[in-house]
Amino acid sequence: MATTFTLNGEKRTVEVDPDTPLLWVLRDELKLTGTKFGCGAALCGACTVHIDGEAVRSCQTQASDVEGRVVTTIEGVTGDVAAAVQAAWIKLDVVQCGYCQSGQVMSAVGLLSQNPKPTDEDIDKAMDGNICRCATYKRIRAAIHEAAKSLPG
Amino acid sequence: MRPTRSCRSRQTTALPSSSSISTKGQGAATGLATLVAEELDADWAQIKTEFAPADPVKYKNLAFGVQGVGGSTGLSNSYEQYRLAGATAKAMLVAAAARAWGVPANEITVKAGVVSHSGGKSATFGELAVKAAAESVPEKPTLKDPKDFVFIGKAFPRVDSKIKSTGAAKFTIDHQFDDMLVATIVRAPTFGATVASFDASEAEKIKGVVKVLQVPRGVAVLATNTWAALRGQSALKVTWDDSKAEKRSSDAIVAAYKAKLDTPGLKARQDGDVEAGFKAATKVIETDFEFPYLAHAPMEPMDCVVRYDGKSAEIWAGSQMQTIDHGAACAVLGLKPEAVQLHTVWAGGSFGRRAVGDAHMVREACDIAKAYGKPVPIKVVWSREDDMKGGYYRPIYVHRIKAGLDKDGNIIAWLHRIVGQSIVTGTPFESVMLKDGIDGTSVEGASTLPYAIPNLQVELHSEKVGVPVLWWRSVGATHTAHATEHMIDILAKETGKDPVDFRLGMLKNHPRHAGVLKLAAEKAGWLSGKPADGKMRGVALHESFSSYVANVADVSLNADGSVKVERVICAIDCGVAVNPDVVAAQMEGGLGYGLGAALKGAITMKDGVIEQSNFDGYDVLRMSEMPKVEVYIVASAEAPTGVGEPGTPVVTRRCQRPAEWHGRAHNHSADEQAEVQRPIVTQDAVTADVCLDAASAIDLDGDAGDEAARGVGEKQRGVGNVGRL
Repeated sequence: MATTFTLNGEKRTVEVDPDTPLLWVLRDELKLTGTKFGCGAALCGACTVHIDGEAVRSCQTQASDVEGRVVTTIEGVTGDVAAAVQAAWIKLDVVQCGYCQSGQVMSAVGLLSQNPKPTDEDIDKAMDGNICRCATYKRIRAAIHEAAKSLPG
Repeated sequence: MRPTRSCRSRQTTALPSSSSISTKGQGAATGLATLVAEELDADWAQIKTEFAPADPVKYKNLAFGVQGVGGSTGLSNSYEQYRLAGATAKAMLVAAAARAWGVPANEITVKAGVVSHSGGKSATFGELAVKAAAESVPEKPTLKDPKDFVFIGKAFPRVDSKIKSTGAAKFTIDHQFDDMLVATIVRAPTFGATVASFDASEAEKIKGVVKVLQVPRGVAVLATNTWAALRGQSALKVTWDDSKAEKRSSDAIVAAYKAKLDTPGLKARQDGDVEAGFKAATKVIETDFEFPYLAHAPMEPMDCVVRYDGKSAEIWAGSQMQTIDHGAACAVLGLKPEAVQLHTVWAGGSFGRRAVGDAHMVREACDIAKAYGKPVPIKVVWSREDDMKGGYYRPIYVHRIKAGLDKDGNIIAWLHRIVGQSIVTGTPFESVMLKDGIDGTSVEGASTLPYAIPNLQVELHSEKVGVPVLWWRSVGATHTAHATEHMIDILAKETGKDPVDFRLGMLKNHPRHAGVLKLAAEKAGWLSGKPADGKMRGVALHESFSSYVANVADVSLNADGSVKVERVICAIDCGVAVNPDVVAAQMEGGLGYGLGAALKGAITMKDGVIEQSNFDGYDVLRMSEMPKVEVYIVASAEAPTGVGEPGTPVVTRRCQRPAEWHGRAHNHSADEQAEVQRPIVTQDAVTADVCLDAASAIDLDGDAGDEAARGVGEKQRGVGNVGRL
């Protein structure tokens, strides 16, 4: 079945079963591998993308759910907030193994887009669903605050 | 490794530095590039790194004799090798410039990637590379005096931050080829079971599934995409022969181990006469500890890509033991070493999981490729459930420590008995790591106890269990650090001594241990008073992989009685800190990794079947649970030692059932035989699952709320080391 949606600014149509998880549509059909598989059960956040600007877990989103909607992945995330987040991530050397970081960045951009000056509690709430086994949490928190400093709010 | 091979100048200004070891987050690529750049006087902005191919002759780890990394040896093994490589290349570049310009070599200087002569001529490395390659290789290139270091000891940025912040880094699972198939495997639900029969009819109906075939480790489903392979895996029906499988529950294994605690084991260390020590003691205290199975659960589940055409093969994997993985591929496919290329790629975490002696990830990918028989690339993907239920855990251990004090409160006897499963037995590491029946990884940290105790004995029982086990970040220290440091705290309390002073009094011959302990205590304000109201404080100290770490943790209780680690002050002595920011990052992350195990998940087994399958049943540390961390690095001129693991030890959880978190105290002066049950870290409810004690530093002397209401019989100071969290 054909599903059409806007992906990173371009209209795309894919022929997949409607219940195929968006994660695998992105990775296997569209070859966008920046979005990661971690648990397949919305427990780890590695597969986080934006749908209509909101951070969601693509492993629990079916292809049919995104018909006509706007999907943004780590490869296509742009704008002041994304630029500030990625600059802060690089400046503070947040990453270690890096596997979860696409999801962390997408969740952080989602948070700062809604709330440009988050408190530590806001960060806990928004980021608790994103596991980092390297436990880079201290630097993720610092990088979110760093990015917030450069954003109007 | 020949120095000239490890860095190759190309005719560009960029300088590729081959990393002979894998990197799975520990910053190895950055560290190794730093060493080469230092001796070359390169320009950091032009540094590029790439992974070296599998080649045990050129790239072996001098600690193991094979290409691979583990035991936090990445930088320590490479410190001189990579610097020599850089110095050699620089000498050849200078020689080439001198020849080309007709000037003496000693008038040439190198700075920031540019070779210059005082007369005005200059050239980049890239411009000189071809000529330099024709110069003879110097026998003994001169290494820089550390006072002239430009890169080493400075926090230069990681080489992988940008690609990993933008989704560009390519992990094993990200490999895509036009004709590629994705494979999943249904593996046995109990360890040691084998396939009796299988019914592929439902799996084969799934669109995209192209083949179902039996392989040594189970039944594989090959499909044109990952989702079809995962669905096929769920639809496949396999009947297992579990007649030879391990069918015990983890409770039963713990019970069997505990029974062994009453009998002497093989001696791993013997100082003085421990029995005479106990006879002379005025007080004897005995405590037991239990440690559960732990899964590594790296964020990228296990995976491997192989392309095999009958005559040659290419493999892509986040390999941590290239020589072993490469050898396994050759053996399975019946190919000569030169016909198999192993590409090491970024690994999405490991923590030990990708350093496997049986090379099972590579082996089963090759088994599938061989059985399928068509020359298409095959990517084997493990689901999170496959990964978590698939074994290779930190083993279960049970410890007993019996300690005797004299009338002045000195420890004069210490008997430490450990029961567990050997990690190295039956692996290629056995021949070098099993000595006189003792697996050093089972006792490290206990057999190396630094405290001055005249009569000290460490014993080990190694039990056979049918569960595959593996090193888990910091290996033996995951349990020995907890047991020993917890016991030291019990004894400090018993003698009424301050936990820091008590330790320092026994460390007169161990200045590096004492150094980090003093530094952590000072930075944490240990001497200047208690933590704020409602908070508790504890300390722990441990050496692992030749690095020394002390932590002071401030802990409070949440409203539900669970523990919150608020702040950890960490001091480390790892010799020369090649990149201090990477060292700090490894301490932060290592501590978080250990704390996750201390506060949260444990793997349990019921009738041979693992009870956890994903991050719901085996939860790990999350953002809201990460403490504030401050890392202080001891200034040192000693050779660099490991940092990937030493941040983890003491925090690991010692027991899965809070209700059993009691130690046994036996007051020998009061009654030779009577065993007095006494909770070690207060009542379970309080620190319940945490017992940070283990985890760290819980100072129950603090005002932790209504202790009586929580059933705390007496105030005690439980300490641990989050430090090594």
